[in-house]
Amino acid sequence: MTLQIMEGSIAVAETVRLCRPQVISAYPITPQTHIVEGLASIVADGRLDAEYICVESEFSALSACIGASAAGSRVYSATTSQGLALMAEVVFNSAGMRLPIVMGIANRAISAPLSIWNDQQDSIMMRDSGWLQFYAEDNQEAVDLHILSYKICEDHNILLPAFVCFDGFILSHVFEPVDIPSQEEVDEFLGPFTPYQKLNVKDPISFGMYATPEYYLEFRYEHDQAVHRAADAMRKYGKAFGEKFGRDYSELVEGYRLEDADIAIVAMGSICGTTKDAIDEMRAEGKKVGLLKIRCFRPFPAADIAKALAHVNTVAVLDKNISLGAKGAVAIEIKEACYGSGIPVYDYILGLGGRDVRKKDIKKIVELAEKGSGDMFYGLREELL
Amino acid sequence: MPLGIGCTARPGQARNNKTGSWRVFYPVLEKEKCTKCGTCQLICPEGCISQMPDKTYEIDLDFCKGCGMCAEECPDKAKAITMYKEEK
Amino acid sequence: MVDRTIENFDCGHRACGGCGASSAVRMILKGAGENTIVVSPTGCLEVFSTPYPETAWKTPWIHSLFENASAVASGIEASLKKQGRLDKEKILVIGGDGATVDIGMLCISGAFERGHDFTYVCYDNEAYMNTGIQRSGATPYDADTTTSPSGACSTGNNRPKKDLPQILVAHSSPYVATATMAYPMDLMKKVEKAMNTPGPCYIQVHAPCCTGWGFDGAKTMEIGRMAVECGLWPCYEMVDGKITSVKKVKRVLVDEYLKAQKRFRHLFKPTRNDAEIAKIQAIADANTAKYGIDIE
Repeated sequence: MTLQIMEGSIAVAETVRLCRPQVISAYPITPQTHIVEGLASIVADGRLDAEYICVESEFSALSACIGASAAGSRVYSATTSQGLALMAEVVFNSAGMRLPIVMGIANRAISAPLSIWNDQQDSIMMRDSGWLQFYAEDNQEAVDLHILSYKICEDHNILLPAFVCFDGFILSHVFEPVDIPSQEEVDEFLGPFTPYQKLNVKDPISFGMYATPEYYLEFRYEHDQAVHRAADAMRKYGKAFGEKFGRDYSELVEGYRLEDADIAIVAMGSICGTTKDAIDEMRAEGKKVGLLKIRCFRPFPAADIAKALAHVNTVAVLDKNISLGAKGAVAIEIKEACYGSGIPVYDYILGLGGRDVRKKDIKKIVELAEKGSGDMFYGLREELL
Repeated sequence: MPLGIGCTARPGQARNNKTGSWRVFYPVLEKEKCTKCGTCQLICPEGCISQMPDKTYEIDLDFCKGCGMCAEECPDKAKAITMYKEEK
Repeated sequence: MVDRTIENFDCGHRACGGCGASSAVRMILKGAGENTIVVSPTGCLEVFSTPYPETAWKTPWIHSLFENASAVASGIEASLKKQGRLDKEKILVIGGDGATVDIGMLCISGAFERGHDFTYVCYDNEAYMNTGIQRSGATPYDADTTTSPSGACSTGNNRPKKDLPQILVAHSSPYVATATMAYPMDLMKKVEKAMNTPGPCYIQVHAPCCTGWGFDGAKTMEIGRMAVECGLWPCYEMVDGKITSVKKVKRVLVDEYLKAQKRFRHLFKPTRNDAEIAKIQAIADANTAKYGIDIE
């Protein structure tokens, strides 16, 4: 293992190269641009034998991925925010067509107001699309989840697309030490793409037919079953990944100093790193706080979460998104996972549109949770209210 | 039967839908008048007119919807196809 | 040479009796030849040919969405290229006018600008027929549709057809043509030519819709011929931006074509609307001047 210091987006681009997609189709949008620029350079330099399609919109980016995947190629795209919103129809469609597309999401806020900065509203808005959703805490995890996603998605027992979500700017533009595996290792782990079925004149199929009321329910049931099966696929391939690369991803959720914690913070993405540092400091002060990191949001590992949180007396969920008129999307589901346990689950909407979340904010949230104060926007500018 | 993943199916299955039941008028092709020009076969929206080994044409009434395009377009010198009302 | 024995569109589909589009599709697939992968946007054709699992397609076929067929085709082309299959398999989009001139415009423009090797055939039935005859950008002037109804304050659709062939000529498409299912040999030959021309090619095919236009389904071919004969549907080919062939006719006035269809009935009843009919005649005259339709 050799650690290299590189920008998150470049680390992702180099990793995608190792996965050998035959077709890359993407449209530039901040803060995803460095990934697609990186891939364009990699293709231009002959370091990856792929077609890079410079599409005219995100809508076409993912549509071209559908065509290429259905024709039998491993494909890649990346986007964020407005781009993901523009491709919304294609997101749902590609999942229903059961195409194993992997797409990087450099998480960013949604307009209006326009914001290029980070939160996770974009991928959360696609919660119900039938894509798998993985969230990276750091650039190493973003790298590893890309490789792992292809392995899970292309399993003929799964056949689903996946988002690899990593926070825009906070990860995409930050230089960190990462281990980029060797081509040989990734080749051994992934193997060549073997499509379950493909457009092929020798064995014609009709792909993407419409379903009448006699069949639609069953197609949705099978799709849902496949998303659920992806949990076990992640456990299996995440373990195999660990054996091969030394970093284990067999857990869909991951505890940090959680075993003996009284208060559990639940979070997704880069905020977990900040939270871990805050927890270390609070632990030094004698506060028994732990973290439950959600790595896999779809499928939602409710049983794993309930088990991991069974012993705590308070749960504080950090939501970088908001289902307006309800609560943060993560908190809603954590409450469901904890239903019947009697453990209070408090929701904190924070960090929207790139607002910094610092260690002292995490500590303040723990204090609020201890007092039973939650289900709120955290850190609002008081003078504006 | 398991569902075709991605809502896929193999060819041949539209033939399970016998569209001949839609018909109000049915065509009769008089082989002796037919000049074997093939116009009816080419233009039929159903593709339910086939050329037989003896080069004559036959209309598959399992699928013919009775639109009458074949009768209408059969060249004047032949006028080999006539439409009749279905008695149901 | 077009192989007329090719039958890649099966019986049992659910098109209306006398459907111009389904007749056209059979011809288009003959012109395209074997080894064709078809992409269909959402529309009449997609719906009447593929209720799961009863597909009418005997050649590989894919449908994704209403507006993205050209982008899907772009991806298929890139994939085939990388797999070394592009010399053996060809890509054909067959979409309706709504999916083509309206909602699919962005994806078509992008795919043609990028120069992917595929052929796009639009079966133009001049409105959104699948959803119940609503006006599209390809609906002709004064046609009555459910969203451009004629009435006390309306003579139907108040705009002429969007000229997508010329828009795609402006994209440097190497082959752009118009055709009609009423001239099957011409249509099949043009499709064959487009499929064998490298780069993005476009053919817009007049496909009369007996249900939407209001005429007896037996007359579909005849209505198609009348459109050509009056100059409202010029049939031409443009190679590298230059007109190389035009179907010449002994032109007749537009009246008979209009009278034959319920969608123009309001121009004749209760009284003949001379002013509006003159405007439609002017469109035919302009086509004649532009493309040189008249037999001298």
